[in-house]
Amino acid sequence: MTRRIEVRRLGVVPYTDALALQRSLVEQRQADRIDDVLLLLEHPHVLTLGVRGDGGRSHVLAGPDVLAARGIEVVEAGRGGDITYHGPGQLVGYPIVNLKPDRCDVHRYVRDLEEMLIRTVGDYGIDAGWVDGLTGVWAGSDRSQKIAAIGVRIARWVTSHGFALNVSTNLDYFSLIVPCGIADRGVTSLEQLSGGAITRADVEQRVVEHFARVFDREPVLTAAGV
Amino acid sequence: MPTDVVMPQMGESIAEGTIVRWIKKVGDNVDRDEPLFEISTDKVDAEIPSPAAGVVSEIRVKEGETVPVNSVVAVIGGAPAQAATVESKTPPAAVSKAPEPPKPSPQADGSSSAPSQAAPSLPAPKATPPAPPRDAEKVAGSAETAETAEHHRSASSAGSALRSETPEDALRQRSSPLVRKIAREHNVDIGQIRGTGLAGRVTKDDILAFVGQVGQVGQVGQVAQVGEARQQRREPALAPVPPPPKFTPGAGDVVEKMSPMRKRIAEHMVLSRRTSAHVHSVFEVNFTRLAQIREARKAEFERAGAKLTYMSFITNAVVDTLREVPIVNSSVDGETIVYHKDINIGIAVALDWGLIVPVIRHADEKNLLGLSRAIADLASRARAKQLKPDEVAGGTFTITNPGVFGALFGTPIINQPQVAILGVGNVEKRPVVIDDAIAIRPMAYLTLGYDHRVIDGAVADHFMSVLKRSLENWDPNAV
Repeated sequence: MTRRIEVRRLGVVPYTDALALQRSLVEQRQADRIDDVLLLLEHPHVLTLGVRGDGGRSHVLAGPDVLAARGIEVVEAGRGGDITYHGPGQLVGYPIVNLKPDRCDVHRYVRDLEEMLIRTVGDYGIDAGWVDGLTGVWAGSDRSQKIAAIGVRIARWVTSHGFALNVSTNLDYFSLIVPCGIADRGVTSLEQLSGGAITRADVEQRVVEHFARVFDREPVLTAAGV
Repeated sequence: MPTDVVMPQMGESIAEGTIVRWIKKVGDNVDRDEPLFEISTDKVDAEIPSPAAGVVSEIRVKEGETVPVNSVVAVIGGAPAQAATVESKTPPAAVSKAPEPPKPSPQADGSSSAPSQAAPSLPAPKATPPAPPRDAEKVAGSAETAETAEHHRSASSAGSALRSETPEDALRQRSSPLVRKIAREHNVDIGQIRGTGLAGRVTKDDILAFVGQVGQVGQVGQVAQVGEARQQRREPALAPVPPPPKFTPGAGDVVEKMSPMRKRIAEHMVLSRRTSAHVHSVFEVNFTRLAQIREARKAEFERAGAKLTYMSFITNAVVDTLREVPIVNSSVDGETIVYHKDINIGIAVALDWGLIVPVIRHADEKNLLGLSRAIADLASRARAKQLKPDEVAGGTFTITNPGVFGALFGTPIINQPQVAILGVGNVEKRPVVIDDAIAIRPMAYLTLGYDHRVIDGAVADHFMSVLKRSLENWDPNAV
């Protein structure tokens, strides 16, 4: 029987609130009190740091005054990966999924997320793919433009954190940082590559469809709002 | 009874992990399944629960250090730290024969239980923590541990602890699951590929180069690359072409240098003729049903900003048929056949100044509406010279439409490195015999040009009859 995944479309949620929500969902999922959950949301401007090394602190190019003036928070995320930016126009997805019993492979999980995102942007006629050694989804014929970032945490095979797909993100904000610590590659967005306006609801719908297909889950949509 | 805590195997292809944080310190009490430390592999961070309850007696790997999977990183419930010294004095042989530490966590389920005795040809990873020289004995001990761990890893990724290792296994272990997946999809034996990665690993680039998909340069560039690669590799050089006879232009003749596009087309056409064994097969298709559906749905498509043409239906049907007859969606590389996973349909567009074949990528992921939009978009941008280089590359099958110029049918030349091309003739009303009566029906000839090196006549005709059937029996609800 196909497992269910509850999809919650939350709209705009401050980063720290989403962090707390994830923490509580992970606990409930570990205790098997809830089904798998996919949170879809958007964050106000924020820079988030990974747990490794300095978490990418050295990759913040802008000074604290610039960040403050633009109203950008810096938060430690407790996930894998280096620094990244979240903000308006970005579709952020946090799957709280129990990978047990048949998907206990962190690489496979990341590749599956990438596959789901590749199919999603493919629906907009965008050819994207993975790049060996660089997690995320990369567009352009030379795969030099990052269209979606991935950073994941797994505790007892329950996942948290996830992906951030640039739908209509103002890409200027990425110039505040070296995204994911990779200096020689750029960032892009669905809107930039498809050359037309894209509705967020449509992208969310496609993400849900492809997620369900790739992860073999039956999506159950619940009302919007935390 | 002390319990060793090892670096867990978090995935098939993961050989090592970095400890990012110890949640418990030496001397702390820990419950079974209580988070003990955090590791980081690739872009994933994971919290690792304790395999047993007890006091953390030893932590062997510092935060920030990377060790191979199955290396002992801590000990729970043992005597306090001095124990380590005792253990490191054990002769190496005894260490490698020591019983395997109990599996620490559910993650490790299913991996081997006995250390493989077969010596793997893989180099053992370096001793983990760099120790000061006076601790030479300890270093030897930890190197041994690492090597033992490597035995476990090889054994578990080979699927069976007892299976002795063949060179093929060694090669397989030298490639990532991604590479193996590509190899499976293209029926490629990884053993044939020379790896350029670490310790001879076959990298993604290696295999993509091998299957001839590397590089997404302009279409003709790609053709040239494949051609070069072939000549370098194993295809016998083609017989040299005698130079065309010389001539002198007469008075009044117009002498014009070929445009770069003209030159590329010329080279490509000749190359294709010399590469593939071209054969053509012509089928006649009754368009009555499609004409009705098109009439009924045209307005609806227009409202959605798309034009529903016969090409939309044909492209859609071709995609389905390619999935059914995958050899038609393949390429030839030397003595191998590469079956493409993706279905990328090239649509030949005539220009005033030449011809270009933009590609609908992942055409199998588009519906009739999506295909209609893509065809119109690519054609209009081709005419406006606004195609991006990667939009004319990567095709796996091509459709050309000489019918728009009134041709009954064409005998198109294959777009290398593909193996087949569909030519669509003019759809026009013709007298046809239906149930022994003469009727007037919109009809068209469809031609498949195919490469007889890999597609036999029966297969080509099967492809065409499936295509004909789906076009003639289109389900109006499937629009």
